[in-house]
Amino acid sequence: MDALRQIFFQECEEQLAELETGLLEIQSGGSDPEIVNAVFRAVHSIKGGAGAFALEDLVRFAHVFETVLDEVRKGKLAASEHVLAIMLRAADVLADLVRVARDGGSVDDARIGTATDELASLSGAPAAAHGGASETEAEEEDFAFTPVAVAFPAFDEVATEPEPAVNEFTITFKPHASLYSSANEPVVLLRELERLGEMSVACDVTEVPLLTDLDAEGSYLAWTITLKTTHCEDDVRGIFEFVDGDCDLTIEGTAGVSAAGEDEIEALLRRIREEAEAPVEDAASETIAVETAVIEAAADEFSSTDEAVAAPAPVHDAKLAIVPAEPLPAAQKAEAPKADKAASGEAAQQTIRVDLDRVDRLMNLVGELVINQAMLSQRLAEAGLSRSSDFATGLDEFEQLTRDIQEGVMAIRAQPVKSVFQRMPRLVREVAAATGKKVRLVTEGEGTEVDKTVIERLADPLTHMIRNAIDHGLEKPEVRAANGKREEGLVRLSATHRSGRIVIDIADDGAGINRPRVRAIAEDKGLIPANAQLTDEEIDNLIFLPGFSTASTISDISGRGVGMDVVKRSIQALGGRVSISSRPGEGSTFTLSLPLTLAVLYGMVVTVGDQTLVVPLTSIIETLKPKPGDVHGFGGDSRVIALRNNFVPLIDVGRELGYRTQIVDPGAGVALLVESDGGAQSALLVDAIQGQRQVVIKSLEENYGRVPGIAAATILGDGRVALILDVDAVVAGARNGGLASDNLLALAG
Amino acid sequence: MSKTVLTVDDSRTMREMLLLALQDAGFNVLQAEDGMHGLEVLKGRSADVIITDINMPRLDGFGFIEHVRRDTTHRATPILVLTTESDAEKKARARNAGATGWIVKPFHPVKLVDAVRRVSG
Repeated sequence: MDALRQIFFQECEEQLAELETGLLEIQSGGSDPEIVNAVFRAVHSIKGGAGAFALEDLVRFAHVFETVLDEVRKGKLAASEHVLAIMLRAADVLADLVRVARDGGSVDDARIGTATDELASLSGAPAAAHGGASETEAEEEDFAFTPVAVAFPAFDEVATEPEPAVNEFTITFKPHASLYSSANEPVVLLRELERLGEMSVACDVTEVPLLTDLDAEGSYLAWTITLKTTHCEDDVRGIFEFVDGDCDLTIEGTAGVSAAGEDEIEALLRRIREEAEAPVEDAASETIAVETAVIEAAADEFSSTDEAVAAPAPVHDAKLAIVPAEPLPAAQKAEAPKADKAASGEAAQQTIRVDLDRVDRLMNLVGELVINQAMLSQRLAEAGLSRSSDFATGLDEFEQLTRDIQEGVMAIRAQPVKSVFQRMPRLVREVAAATGKKVRLVTEGEGTEVDKTVIERLADPLTHMIRNAIDHGLEKPEVRAANGKREEGLVRLSATHRSGRIVIDIADDGAGINRPRVRAIAEDKGLIPANAQLTDEEIDNLIFLPGFSTASTISDISGRGVGMDVVKRSIQALGGRVSISSRPGEGSTFTLSLPLTLAVLYGMVVTVGDQTLVVPLTSIIETLKPKPGDVHGFGGDSRVIALRNNFVPLIDVGRELGYRTQIVDPGAGVALLVESDGGAQSALLVDAIQGQRQVVIKSLEENYGRVPGIAAATILGDGRVALILDVDAVVAGARNGGLASDNLLALAG
Repeated sequence: MSKTVLTVDDSRTMREMLLLALQDAGFNVLQAEDGMHGLEVLKGRSADVIITDINMPRLDGFGFIEHVRRDTTHRATPILVLTTESDAEKKARARNAGATGWIVKPFHPVKLVDAVRRVSG
């Protein structure tokens, strides 16, 4: 039962997401009727499930909601802006009710009441006050929805209790052709009747025509049944529930029949039965004589299975009517062997749910496999075997397969960012309402896939950044109007894949970062010295400093004890970067760039001093061999390298990481041109390039601690541990006079 | 041999509930997520009884029943529709489409099995 509950709540989350997405789609002009249907189904499914778990508040609210959606679906109610606003609020209330049902707690009654009234006002139904006043239920006549708590197994609960009085019923039953065409089966019904008590049956075959006149889909038989039972008439009638209207049915009964009465009825019945049987004998026997062979042929001709059953043929005599063969035609059985193969037809959109631990274990094992394969390749190279030997060819294939497996496993973990993005509309509505601002959220690239862990850890930073964008970024409607902007502010959330990373933009068209104010606050709080020379970009980055908050009061919206420093740290922990671009009066864009997976990266293996390092390939633009004339000193130890009419800083990785102190001759090494935060280029000087390969990332932090300039570690093919360079940190460190120095950006990081 | 029931419902909760109740009562259970999927399942195998929801994406319950009734292999297979409300209009539409009977949601497991038995013997 718990498992079922869990499935229900999981499904509720999916339905709620579907509901919100659909409503937003309609709001943004989507007119596909299927969207409305999907939205209706979402609420309908939640109601259905909630009913089974006797979650009455949820059922009640979902029902009112569903009624409105049904009217929209039927075109009786137009999905105007006003209607959608109410439905979106209702969706939020529904989401809260689901959560309360799952986690306990309570939803503000007034909120439910308001939402219910709003919905009811749309559907023209009487406002159903929350709380289940009796008049409410009476008025909502179509609310014939009695929740039944499900308990498995509970089959003995309805076990029939013997009733003392014996009833006797005479039932006449004459099916119409429509009864057969809906796959109802008199034999089954008679057998069900028999379960109720002692029964005798007479079959009337007088209407059966000659075979030549026989309509295979016609109905020619009628039955008269005498039933002695402890059950009441309703139980007997209940058996014919499904065929009501598809047959002529009379049920006459006498309760608690006396012995004498019984005799009389018996006699009467015998007479009826005899009358029914007598004239039939001839007609029936004549027909039946040819039946076996011809009916089979006829059945074949119709190439159908039900006629043989539905046609009166198998009924030789009245008593036999209740014991024909199993109504499972041979044709169906013959189909069975095909069944397994044909299951391929089900492949349309099948999914299975797998425990995440299993995927992760597989992921780890594949990581080891990759390392192992790399080691084998290296041994082979060391052993001096020819690259064209069978052994080497086999190993090449092995390498390819390993890579395919790895990609396959990573694809299992990849999920669209939609799951995070779709939480944002509600957030936007709430923050907009709390701040009195008008906001429109536009999301793009929801289908962009990234590792599940990345998605999960994105939720908090994104939530915070969107709150900030509305609370601090967007202006109040009147201010916007005064500045000639639309009153409604725009927040755009978009995701794209760019050079092996996922890039997420959170852009607003607000006032932009108020640089003089940011600067003043930073000075005020002693984060920067007064009169410090800062570029606009540097000022913008001040907001990432710990303890920085531009809100003059701790507002309920943004100020929840976390600042942009926490956002930046959590993004960095994922191997990501945050950057800002802002234009006064036009808005700000925060850009997050994150790796697609936390498990592997493609890197260039380089030598620096006596160390082997890995530089992520995604940050390298090109490699070049510096010529002595290209490198110029630039005050102190700083050097720049000339590159196609441009100068970029040359950073000696060895010195930066403290592997050596003396200046090396750039001509003896190789420069890697890299792009870091904000798109600035730098050249990293290393001693030599060993090659490119895919490496499995092993966290250094978990085992060792955070090291400036180093992102993680890996194990190479020869078993050595190599450090993976954190390019941004090295570049930023060099720009600010060394990684170790107590500078601004190190603080921010 | 135990009978096979095909359940067609877009709600996973409902599919699981049907599964539990039917398996407990000794039925084999096949599952499909909407009418279209249900027809695909029926391409390869037969069911003794079909239970279908009405509101579903791609192909709803009414359309599904009509398709099954047109298929000579399955036209004699009893079909029960799941209706949330005891909605007379929906019931009538389902019957016109060829439904054999109905089950009102939320169902009691006993009632469910009872209905299945009532159409399949």
